[in-house]
Amino acid sequence: MALVLTEEQVMLKESAAGFLAEKATVAHLRKLRDSDNAQGFDSDVWAEMAAMGWAGIAIPEEFGGLGYGYTGLGLVLEQAGRNLSASPLQSTVLIAATLISELGNSEQKGRLLPAIAAGEQLITLALQERGHHAPQQTATSARRDGDDFVISGSKLMVLDAASANQFIVIARTGGDVGQQQGLSALLVDAATAGLSVERREMVDSRNVGALVLDKVRVPAANLLGAEGDAWGGLSRTLDIANIGLAAELLGLSVEAFERTVTYLKERKQFGKVIGSFQGLQHRAAELFAELELARSIVLQALHAIDDGEQELALLASAAKAKLCEVAQRASNEAIQMHGGIGMTDEYEIGFFIKRARVAQHTFGDYNYHLDRFALLSGF
Amino acid sequence: MSDLEQFRQETRAWLEENCPESMRTPVKGFDDLYNGGRNPEIDHPDQKVWCDRMAARGWTVPHWPKEYGGGGLDKEQVKVLRQEMARINARSPLDSFGISMLGPALLHFGSQEQKLEHLPKIARGEIRWCQGYSEPNAGSDLASLATKAEDKGDHYLINGQKIWTSYADKSDWIFCLVRTDNSGSKHEGISFVLFDMASPGVTTRPIKLISGSSPFCETFFDNVKAYKSNLIGEEGKGWAIAKYLLTHEREMISGFGAAPKKSVGQMAVEAIGSDSSGRLANGILRQVIAQYQLDTLAFAATMARVGDEAKAGQGLGAASSIFKYYGTELNKRRNELNLAALGEQALGWDGPEYRDGVVSRDWLRSKGNSIEGGTSEVQLNIISKRVLGLPDA
Ligand SMILES: Cc1cc2nc3c(=O)[nH]c(=O)nc-3n(C[C@H](O)[C@H](O)[C@H](O)COP(=O)(O)OP(=O)(O)OC[C@H]3O[C@@H](n4cnc5c(N)ncnc54)[C@H](O)[C@@H]3O)c2cc1C
Repeated sequence: MALVLTEEQVMLKESAAGFLAEKATVAHLRKLRDSDNAQGFDSDVWAEMAAMGWAGIAIPEEFGGLGYGYTGLGLVLEQAGRNLSASPLQSTVLIAATLISELGNSEQKGRLLPAIAAGEQLITLALQERGHHAPQQTATSARRDGDDFVISGSKLMVLDAASANQFIVIARTGGDVGQQQGLSALLVDAATAGLSVERREMVDSRNVGALVLDKVRVPAANLLGAEGDAWGGLSRTLDIANIGLAAELLGLSVEAFERTVTYLKERKQFGKVIGSFQGLQHRAAELFAELELARSIVLQALHAIDDGEQELALLASAAKAKLCEVAQRASNEAIQMHGGIGMTDEYEIGFFIKRARVAQHTFGDYNYHLDRFALLSGF
Repeated sequence: MSDLEQFRQETRAWLEENCPESMRTPVKGFDDLYNGGRNPEIDHPDQKVWCDRMAARGWTVPHWPKEYGGGGLDKEQVKVLRQEMARINARSPLDSFGISMLGPALLHFGSQEQKLEHLPKIARGEIRWCQGYSEPNAGSDLASLATKAEDKGDHYLINGQKIWTSYADKSDWIFCLVRTDNSGSKHEGISFVLFDMASPGVTTRPIKLISGSSPFCETFFDNVKAYKSNLIGEEGKGWAIAKYLLTHEREMISGFGAAPKKSVGQMAVEAIGSDSSGRLANGILRQVIAQYQLDTLAFAATMARVGDEAKAGQGLGAASSIFKYYGTELNKRRNELNLAALGEQALGWDGPEYRDGVVSRDWLRSKGNSIEGGTSEVQLNIISKRVLGLPDA
């Protein structure tokens, strides 16, 4: 696939840009934060997004989706990054729907994917257990008991936990902590006895939660994929998740950068606009070059998903690591080049650095993915 | 026993007896430091006890002359005192802009009367000071400041606005740069005056930082009286004082570059684990932390070297720019590494699980270090021009 957008994709990008710039901006995020909204996003706006088909954007048409592929979803996520739009696009559309597609049987796909595409179900992945993304280290256990599984353990950083109808809990049905083999994916209804969901307030004001699973009993039919064999599908889902997060980080970085360049053209000191100082010019120009590279790697990775390429893992880690690096630089430079006003909560630029670090961390940060990229590259 | 050794033993004994147990615990962050003032914010009653005991010996400002409330100690004695305080993890009894910024400027430029009036109150933590330098249109270009001071005989009438004034709403007095003359170049006609923040016509509006607290303010002056007895140095010659004070502010801020008590590497090992030979389990993070720790070591050595080289009485000059630049960049690196090492734990904003977000809030606050006290870019410009002798574009 050529690394350019089709006409249909350009239209999608523009309509996402227009909608989000009106309905889900930084000002809206601020309002959600200041009203201490436990859900972390606006349900009405999400309903509108779903009505436009975004909840099923990458879901094949046979399951009620738009079938625009991940490139389409990536374009929307990029715009969400620009506006810091909070919604279940990441948790449900990018991640849960993908995992269900990867691991689910036809009955599960036929039931769950259309419900997601219609915006009726919010489903989210419960994976991380400690400070860092380390899927092989999963210790939460699921023990077979007759026709049920009994799950015990705890989870962190579960996206949109407070509003999810169901969780996909990654638990160990076999193997040892540290092994890929022995991991299973289980659907757990939010109302199941023994499951407690605690809201956690993170620096980006999104809603994540911590789960405690105390002998949570679910029927064996809730297993996605074969018992002990979730790794392949999980791993591919995480690659796609990281590419989607990279797309979001791209939008975030570009927006922070553009706002900064605008400021460099306005703010005057020493009788000139500060953008006339070469010390700042060169840094802005370098960052611009980095952003161009970032855009290419994200687009290439998105295309690779839609083309079903085998090299996805390498590209996913490449895209995520690169975007972690660029987002860190862009968000730091944004504050520094704004001077004092960049440090204020009243001004919006600080929201970008906050979301950036959480998105960077989610499903593996720079260090994780750079290391994985090296390993996958054979050294 | 040498005199210095005797001083050490006496100091050790006195500290053991007088430093309350609670003041031998680490401060919980920026806001946990004791700043004194007319209405001090006291989180723990021992803060005031500790400050008062130290002040009685002049040890809140051990290097100042005794007549101004200081301890009259020489450099070696001050070093010993600091070492002995560090030995028992004693907190600094008093942190204030009066000590770190105004004090040095007054000692250098103030009249005897002004010194006697203001310095002891700083030493005892009675008056808390804020810094009225920046204005909306005078940030990096500080000398273009426009707050107007009109000559009214025994006093000036001050009108104008300052911004980013740290703790203006909590401070008792301000050291303020005002314009007494518009006719010359922008560096001329600036005066350095002190006045009471309780004076009629002073208002402050707190501004919230990205870290969630509101340490700084917009500060407005509407026909505020500042008595000429509180003009420091000559009228219209305040720029030299302003710059002198800035070198001390920069030295203070560069102290943030010091290595933390618990090394980042140690913290990372605890959070991530290590292999059988003790290497941090994440090789990439290990390298970046090692680079950072090496630089803090070299930075500390540089501070020590330049300190030893400086002859008594010599200003810090461009060295303060190097330290300010490097120290604040180091502190920003350290805070980013905290995030990388601690992961999810560092990204919390509130709640007991995250100790009320202390790690993320300190990280966000650290971004201001390379802006306050003159930005990194301004420091680099000073080094380029004054040290390297490079011409303007
Ligand atoms: C946390 C905090 C506390 C503060 N406390 C106080 C206080 O107590 N009292 C007080 O008076 N002030 C205080 N300040 C203000 C501080 O001194 C100013 O913010 C600072 O001097 C920069 O000015 P500015 O914000 O107007 O930024 P600007 O000067 O507008 O700078 C914007 C950007 O342009 C860059 N720039 C400007 N000129 C040049 C140049 N010639 N070459 C290259 N780059 C350039 C700057 O480095 C910066 O990156 C505080 C600031 C912060 C963040």
